[in-house]
Amino acid sequence: MDEGIELSLTIAQIIQRLRGSHLHSQIERQAKECLHQPDVKLESLKEDVRSFLKTSGWERKLQNAVYRELHIQLPPRHPPAPPEHLKEPLVYMRKAQASWEKRVLKSLNSMSTELGVPLAHMRPAAEQKELTNKWNEMGTDEPDLSRFRPVYAPKDFLEVLIGLRNPNHDSSEDISVRSHWGLIQVPLNVRDIPHLREAYSELNLTSGQMGIDDHALIHPDLFENEYVQIGKKVVMEEDSAAAQQYSRQGCPTGLRADLWALILNATNQPQDVMHYEQLKAGVIQHNLLVDNLIYKDVKLTASNDDYYFVFEDFLYQVLLCFSRDTAVLEHFKYNSATPPKSYIQGKVGDEECAVVYPPNGVIPFHGFSMYVAPLCFLYNEPSKLYNVFREMYIRYFFRLHSISSHPSGILSLCLQFERLLQTHLPQLFYHLRQIGVQPLRLAFKWMVRAFSGYLSTDQLLLLWDRILGYDSLEVVAVLAAAVFAFRAENLMEVTSLASAEAVLADLSTLKVMPLIQVFLFATAM
Amino acid sequence: MSGTPDDTKPVNFTVKAPVYLQIGDAKADTAHSGVCVVDVNLPFGKPVNIEEVTFKNYYTAYVTVRLLRRNPKQEAPAKWCTAVRDLPLMDNPHTEGGSQDYYTIHRTQMQVEPDHVVCARLILRQPSLAWLTFSLEDIKIFPHTEPDPEKEVSDWLSDLTLTDQHPDLEGLPDPQTVSSSIQQMWALTEVMQTNQTTASIGRFDVDGCYDISLLSLT
Repeated sequence: MDEGIELSLTIAQIIQRLRGSHLHSQIERQAKECLHQPDVKLESLKEDVRSFLKTSGWERKLQNAVYRELHIQLPPRHPPAPPEHLKEPLVYMRKAQASWEKRVLKSLNSMSTELGVPLAHMRPAAEQKELTNKWNEMGTDEPDLSRFRPVYAPKDFLEVLIGLRNPNHDSSEDISVRSHWGLIQVPLNVRDIPHLREAYSELNLTSGQMGIDDHALIHPDLFENEYVQIGKKVVMEEDSAAAQQYSRQGCPTGLRADLWALILNATNQPQDVMHYEQLKAGVIQHNLLVDNLIYKDVKLTASNDDYYFVFEDFLYQVLLCFSRDTAVLEHFKYNSATPPKSYIQGKVGDEECAVVYPPNGVIPFHGFSMYVAPLCFLYNEPSKLYNVFREMYIRYFFRLHSISSHPSGILSLCLQFERLLQTHLPQLFYHLRQIGVQPLRLAFKWMVRAFSGYLSTDQLLLLWDRILGYDSLEVVAVLAAAVFAFRAENLMEVTSLASAEAVLADLSTLKVMPLIQVFLFATAM
Repeated sequence: MSGTPDDTKPVNFTVKAPVYLQIGDAKADTAHSGVCVVDVNLPFGKPVNIEEVTFKNYYTAYVTVRLLRRNPKQEAPAKWCTAVRDLPLMDNPHTEGGSQDYYTIHRTQMQVEPDHVVCARLILRQPSLAWLTFSLEDIKIFPHTEPDPEKEVSDWLSDLTLTDQHPDLEGLPDPQTVSSSIQQMWALTEVMQTNQTTASIGRFDVDGCYDISLLSLT
């Protein structure tokens, strides 16, 4: 397609999305008010208003909003491409995702029928009042959750990914023997170390990094002081693009909350707080079966974690509101998944009664609450925490549990992990296969949660800095391979699956940035 | 501006079955063929000026488009020429990137003017052994339409404009500039009124009811 036409289409799409938004009306109001100013003249009205908006910082806010739209925008459509092609171009993957979803829905339906709990119903008034009073301490509630079980666990999803086959792929001969070593049999294009070195050049051995060069034993004048000064300037400028570039070398702890909010363009203005309150009202009004799954997940994962148990109440507040948020439905345009559908009051087939369940279309699985838990260290106001989490979910986390060919999708990450290991640690890979261990089975649970709950929190946040900075989850696969490289000596000596798991059980002492840096830039080629 | 594919209909043509080329004996079918030729016969007697060619890829790595053009003015026989040579459709012939994407080849991307085309030949190449088969699906050719000529205003209309009399202005702004800026502001208010928001209201229930018992599996 002609580049000029593509650009015009992109601009038109972004304008369409921003039109009518709160930012739009704020800028209009500012433009109207600035007419009172003496230096705004009738003859040069357009230019004067424009320069006023620039100096007062509103142009920067608009730039940030456009930058955010570019992150989640769909590529311009060739006229013949149907919308499902934009969700996922490969037909066999769409089919696999659809049949996986059907399994999940069946499981949810049967749970509802077996337990006799409706998927959704209105709370009686007394219960609504009780919940409003207890909103800030839902963790003290001890409902009987023993009958509920998670709808699926990551290892079930892994089996689906392993079973994926391209019907047009010729796997009859040993054309690529490598593909028979690993579990993933789909020929996706994943990057190897030479390409990764180019793409992640800011992580090289000669650049300062937060997570390496801010160590207590290194004098702060060598890197840290100046880096923090630059960070403060970026926060003051309120520039999303600059914050994203800055975050590639890591964020100083004191500035991280503001920088992430800038990168994600997650503001906490009155209308955001109001939106959060509206979601809270939705939680109080209706009781969903999914709520019990969330309760159970938090109790099983975050509450048992030494770092995150203190945030239990926050997690309920964020996750329950998240399931009521219909704004999340927008991301299904570029997510290969489809939100589950249902009909109220059993009126199947009546499109007037068709609704999405849960309202945000996302069914939580075992470990879902771990996507939110690390963010609790950065934000203590529920509506801001909520906005940051929602933006991170619709940009990155959704790719970790849907079947897609996207380079940041979990399938590509799994393949990339296996390929990196096969190429650069072939002896280790071979040894593990000899004792009946597939490395992906050990690393999958780390990658699905983006390492949340496995690393210590400060290290996890340094990893997520890079996810935001590079707008990609590839670094998760690189870290997984780097962990295997680090523990290679021990792994070469194990003789069973149990001992391999024991070697990799505790990652809480690992320092992620040195591992990634050494793996990418110091591996012999 | 030429017509967009939304307005124009694709040309009706017949596509012959794709022919996979082999070296030597056609019976030697142990090795996959890496080259395939698709002939597109446009309607006889009606040469087409091509605007663009659209198709859906199915694991083809490179496509070459050759056109048989017959110049109506000259008596010379029709000649084959290459419009597009080895356009890559997949970044890497061995991996999935671009394997099932939709593509458009516009006349501006072609090396020759695709006018008076009688027949088109698409040569598909897929050097990788990873795939069982490769082809192009849903091939459509859109004809070039001439843009509408500018409607000309008759000369006598322009005689009707009156010349303005300039009243005596002292210290007052020029009425032309005032009226044009007022028009600008009026246009701004008009635009604001017609703003249609894409923001959703956020309600997930139907008239307050959200009682659900089973999820729909279809």
